[in-house]
Amino acid sequence: MLVIKDLRASIEDKQILKGINLTVKPGEVHAIMGPNGSGKSTLSAVLTGNPAYTVTGGSVEFYGKDLLALSPEDRAHEGLFLSFQYPVEIPGVSMVNFMRTALNEKRKYFGQEPLSAADFLKLMREKRSIVQLDNKLASRAVNEGFSGGEKKRNEIFQMAMLEPKLSILDETDSGLDIDALRIVASGVNTLKSKDNATIVITHYQRLLDYIKPDFVHVLYKGRIVMSAGPELALELEEKGYDWIKEQVDSQQ
Amino acid sequence: MKETEKPEKGNQIIEEAAQAEYKYGFVTDIETEVIPKGLDEDVVRRISALKGEPEWLLDFRLKAYRHWLTLKAPTWGHVHVPEIDYQAISYYAAPRKLKKGGVEDIDPELKKTFDKLGIPLEEQLRLSGMAVDAVMDSVSVKTTYRERLAELGVIFCSISEAVKDYPDLVRKYLGKVVPYTDNFYAALNSAVFSDGSFVYIPKGVRCPMELSTYFRINAAQTGQFERTLIVADDDAYVSYLEGCTAPMRDENQLHAAIVEIIVEDRAEVKYSTVQNWYPGDKDGKGGIYNLVTKRGLCRGDHSKLSWTQVETGSAITWKYPSCVLKGDHSVGEFYSVALTNNWQEADTGTKMIHLGKNSTSTIVSKGISAGHSQNSYRGMVKIAPKATGCRNFTQCDSLLLSDTSGAHTFPVIEVGNDTSVVEHEATTSKINEDQIFYCNQRGIPTEDAVGLIVNGYAKEVMAKLPMEFAVEAQKLLSISLEGSVG
Repeated sequence: MLVIKDLRASIEDKQILKGINLTVKPGEVHAIMGPNGSGKSTLSAVLTGNPAYTVTGGSVEFYGKDLLALSPEDRAHEGLFLSFQYPVEIPGVSMVNFMRTALNEKRKYFGQEPLSAADFLKLMREKRSIVQLDNKLASRAVNEGFSGGEKKRNEIFQMAMLEPKLSILDETDSGLDIDALRIVASGVNTLKSKDNATIVITHYQRLLDYIKPDFVHVLYKGRIVMSAGPELALELEEKGYDWIKEQVDSQQ
Repeated sequence: MKETEKPEKGNQIIEEAAQAEYKYGFVTDIETEVIPKGLDEDVVRRISALKGEPEWLLDFRLKAYRHWLTLKAPTWGHVHVPEIDYQAISYYAAPRKLKKGGVEDIDPELKKTFDKLGIPLEEQLRLSGMAVDAVMDSVSVKTTYRERLAELGVIFCSISEAVKDYPDLVRKYLGKVVPYTDNFYAALNSAVFSDGSFVYIPKGVRCPMELSTYFRINAAQTGQFERTLIVADDDAYVSYLEGCTAPMRDENQLHAAIVEIIVEDRAEVKYSTVQNWYPGDKDGKGGIYNLVTKRGLCRGDHSKLSWTQVETGSAITWKYPSCVLKGDHSVGEFYSVALTNNWQEADTGTKMIHLGKNSTSTIVSKGISAGHSQNSYRGMVKIAPKATGCRNFTQCDSLLLSDTSGAHTFPVIEVGNDTSVVEHEATTSKINEDQIFYCNQRGIPTEDAVGLIVNGYAKEVMAKLPMEFAVEAQKLLSISLEGSVG
């Protein structure tokens, strides 16, 4: 579904991504790990079309479409979802209003009628149970006054509502206690199917105990420098990143 | 090599919005009776004569006119009102075919105008349950629902009719809250006011429907000087709505209105405005100068006056709907959203004058500035020495949508005793690109995202509007903002 070739991107003239290659197929879970500043979050921002970043080369195909030519909202409609590392608060805008707008924009994109209020609320009830988000949270303003754990659960709730084909979880485990981590991971696993895929960006093995990756990639200095199976995550947990850094730096 | 699409798209949206037309900018082709341009005592006499007014009212007008001659236009506002040539304006314009009668007697062109504006003059539209007084240029065209209101003793009619039918009431209250000596524009209005609405709610009556006035300026080179007078007698309640539109014209047009409200013992008045006068084009050409004096007197104990305004129109806005809280335990409220785009200038706020003991007031002001506009909050909270136990809470927020717009606050607080409590909170923020991208990522395009975020920001105020107006006002906010973020 996703084919990234030699992707390069910069922010304010600083080159961050220096040639990323990655292919993701339906049903797969990919973990992207790496030390701070290696470009993990930049990759998710560039894929979803954050205007702060400039693509300076390469290509991204998403189900055969040129992803980089699409607006951020059309990328979302096509089935790309980002669970933000730092979900923003939007004061005064209720989750109900926000989600309904989002969902109906997607339906409009596919030429469907807007969902009726009753159907929408029913859907919301159903989906929020996946991450044990209570009704009060769902009727509050977007992320306003949510705890760290609630914000991350709210991200997965939105993912459940929008049913994306490819979800990118950007450090979804950061700031979560173990209970919240379990809830979030179980939500992600519930939503997993043979038709969708997940990219998990994380520093730690911890999350991968709950969301089992098929592939683990190490991002360093804007490139994927190592790819292997789930055992690589365990090795990184044990040995840290220094040995990879040394290996890569000595080759240069 | 490929750039992301975003910046280019942003510009394109701005282009489109800048070219988007003001929806209400049509001109109605009807015969208008206009008296020649210029202002002197004869013009004042002629307006009064055309309206068949009693001597006392002519006298009031002439005193106001003579006083006006001694005044200079105020310059303290953070707006740039150019020198206005008061001799180049016509002070009276009336649709010619107007005569007394039913809806079917209204000039078809005029009726079309009000239909375009969505004003429910017709029977089928009465379902909306609003009584409407429509003012076109200077003359009140038709007041719907009058008979039903009359059964309750509620008077809702044009002020000209009120002068004829209820002279004692008008004489008792006119100019008592806003005297003609109040300020330059108030003096001018008092001299030449042409029409407006009059409302009287008798003792103990809760007006069962929203009363509503639509103001529209149509004729070229005319000024509109309407005058609204609302009286809520003891234990009465009324909710009053005011809407405004005007055609697009290259030259600026003057609008200098007065609204006076009197609230007696335990009575309550809720006054809501959605102001959408023509704001001028994207280069700042044309638009309405909205220079308005609005003030209410909470005369009775436990009386309450609540102003809610959503201001999106006019090239220049200069207005401060205020409350004089004379009654003990009286309550004043001011909820405002003022949105300026392109080259608009708004200087708006309120005065809460606490004279009664234990009176309370709340001010919530939300300014939104886009384009090259300037948006100012100006407020005064004054607590008289004898007004003990008073409370005020002021929340004053500014949201900037562009680097080239300005947000300003000019608060004045005077507390005359030590048993009163005044709180003032203020914030200024920029619209957050992270918020917009968050919406984008969920599939919401930038324009809709801005509308959503701004409506969320203004929610506290919007929630105070009557339901049918709130929906309209929400759309208006989004439309007025189209493409203001890039």
